[in-house]
Amino acid sequence: MSDGHPLIEARGVSRILQETVPVTLVRDIDISVGHGEFVSVTGPSGSGKSSLLYLLGLLDVPTSGSVFLDGQDTTGLDADALAAMRLRKIGFVFQFHFLLPEFSVVQNVMLPMRRLGRQSEAEMMERGHKLLEELDIADQAKKRPDQLSGGQRQRVAIARALANDPALILADEPTGNLDSKNSEIVQEIFAKLVREEGRTVLAVTHEPGFAEATDRNIHLVDGRVDRDTKR
Amino acid sequence: MFWQVAISIAAAQLLHRRRQTIVSTLGVALGVGFFIATSSVMSGSENDLVQRLVNNAPHITMKDEFRTAAKQPIFLAMPDATVKLTNTKPREYLRGIKNYGAIVDELSQQKGVIAEAALTGQAIVRYASKDVGASIAGIDPEKERYLTTVERDMREGSLMRLKTASQGIVIGRGMSVRLGLGVDDLATVVSPTGLVRRMKVVGIFSTGNLLLDEGQVYMLIKDAQVLLDKPFIANRVRIKIGDPDQAEEFAARIESRWGYRSESWQEMNRDFLGLFVIRNTITYSIVGAIMVVASFGIFNIISTIVMEKRRDIAILMSMGFRAYDIQAIFLVQGAVVGIVGMLLGWCIGLVLLQMLASIEFTIPGMSEKQHIVLDRGFFQFALGGFFSLASAVGAAWYPARKASQVRPVDIIRGAA
Repeated sequence: MSDGHPLIEARGVSRILQETVPVTLVRDIDISVGHGEFVSVTGPSGSGKSSLLYLLGLLDVPTSGSVFLDGQDTTGLDADALAAMRLRKIGFVFQFHFLLPEFSVVQNVMLPMRRLGRQSEAEMMERGHKLLEELDIADQAKKRPDQLSGGQRQRVAIARALANDPALILADEPTGNLDSKNSEIVQEIFAKLVREEGRTVLAVTHEPGFAEATDRNIHLVDGRVDRDTKR
Repeated sequence: MFWQVAISIAAAQLLHRRRQTIVSTLGVALGVGFFIATSSVMSGSENDLVQRLVNNAPHITMKDEFRTAAKQPIFLAMPDATVKLTNTKPREYLRGIKNYGAIVDELSQQKGVIAEAALTGQAIVRYASKDVGASIAGIDPEKERYLTTVERDMREGSLMRLKTASQGIVIGRGMSVRLGLGVDDLATVVSPTGLVRRMKVVGIFSTGNLLLDEGQVYMLIKDAQVLLDKPFIANRVRIKIGDPDQAEEFAARIESRWGYRSESWQEMNRDFLGLFVIRNTITYSIVGAIMVVASFGIFNIISTIVMEKRRDIAILMSMGFRAYDIQAIFLVQGAVVGIVGMLLGWCIGLVLLQMLASIEFTIPGMSEKQHIVLDRGFFQFALGGFFSLASAVGAAWYPARKASQVRPVDIIRGAA
């Protein structure tokens, strides 16, 4: 999988919000995450965990420094080009599931595939069901999101993140809204994605248990990398 | 492929707010329906009137006069010189179109053109010691039947009897009633020069136009020439051409050819036609206002959806939807409301037209029941549809643009 360069890399990345009093979200971040890594990002609230995740996920653009995705410098790319990269290479899982309430579960999973538009309707449907099956919620495929439990919804959100077979999964407090049992399930799913499918998972979390289950922990304090420990 | 996504998301969101969607779609539909109805009535009555103007009278009337007074020869000879001429007086000449026979012949040779020499003048019709002033038209019945609708408007007798009867006249229903003058009665016709002739009524027409019905008298041109004491003179050449819309150019052509003032029906009815322009402006402004109000409904619903769906927009963007894709979703919503509104509006329009067409009313003085003249043209429907689509997409444009400017990070951060 890896052809020499890391999957996602931040070089001297800072993000400053230009408001009446400038707010520094993250400063001088240098990290590099390779293929097949399972990384947790921790830190006190306000330390810039989520901001870092959005920057690495190309949802936000650094004020200075560069983000490299799959060896490609994303500096200066326009919004459409960034959207195209997100579509193919990155899957997001947020604390809230953000499923579209008007669509059924499987239709929600198919949305990124539809946007990519590489497969026929039948193929997309098949892949949607397959993903739901892997996450053990195939029986919920035709239901609306509001008929599902919190844990099931989060699994649908993970299935949606996997829709276009991205190498990188970025998760922002994915278990933040779940009970301990469902948290464990989600955690196991992420571990499986890394071990069995060779994907890279980078998850922001404030749960020590989740962080301990990962291979590498990046700890942020005040917008800077405080510790970067591999196990 | 992408449009499928945009349409399916757009449709899902519209269906989710079903009641509001229905209300704003109905707004558009009513706008389109009323547009079609109003525009059909307006355009129908305009066409009807123009038809009457075109059919009831010759397309072009050449008169025995000139548009501008003749210039003195010295001005023609020395156009650039400064000349002062005093004590001139206009030359007296015998009124009438010179050589009208040749003009009529030359015009009649052209394809689709019917030309008739006529002599008009004033006279008094007297019967049972009552006098009525009349406009005399000395005509050729054979050609008159093509030039005006008088033959169709005949109620008793016939126009063609002018040819067989000696000294025949055709009068209007109004004059017939006022004088108690019926077909085959002998009336006395007195000319301004004092000539008195006994003439026989051979036909009575009724056009619905009071002025004509009470004051117009038709007779053969040769009888008119005798009555008015203008032997071998015609003062009108009345012309009908194939395409009435060409009348203005045709009139200009023959005017420059023979010099006599030639008026097209457009020129004669300039005030009427000008009135239509004003009337149409008023009509379409009011109907346009309906569409504007309807488009506010669309603006309202799409703005609401955009406000409500900021999270969905954010997640779609994080998934990899571009700003343009998001904008398209909401423009599609506008277009869907516009298209459904258009189709519904066409149905409403058809029903309204059916209702309008079934209305019957009687105008005092007219014996026949009148209907509203409608123009059920493709044009009304096409224009109504166009307005509906344009206003819908136009109303959706601003909220759609707002949606595309959502910054996903702000929303996701806010939600967490």
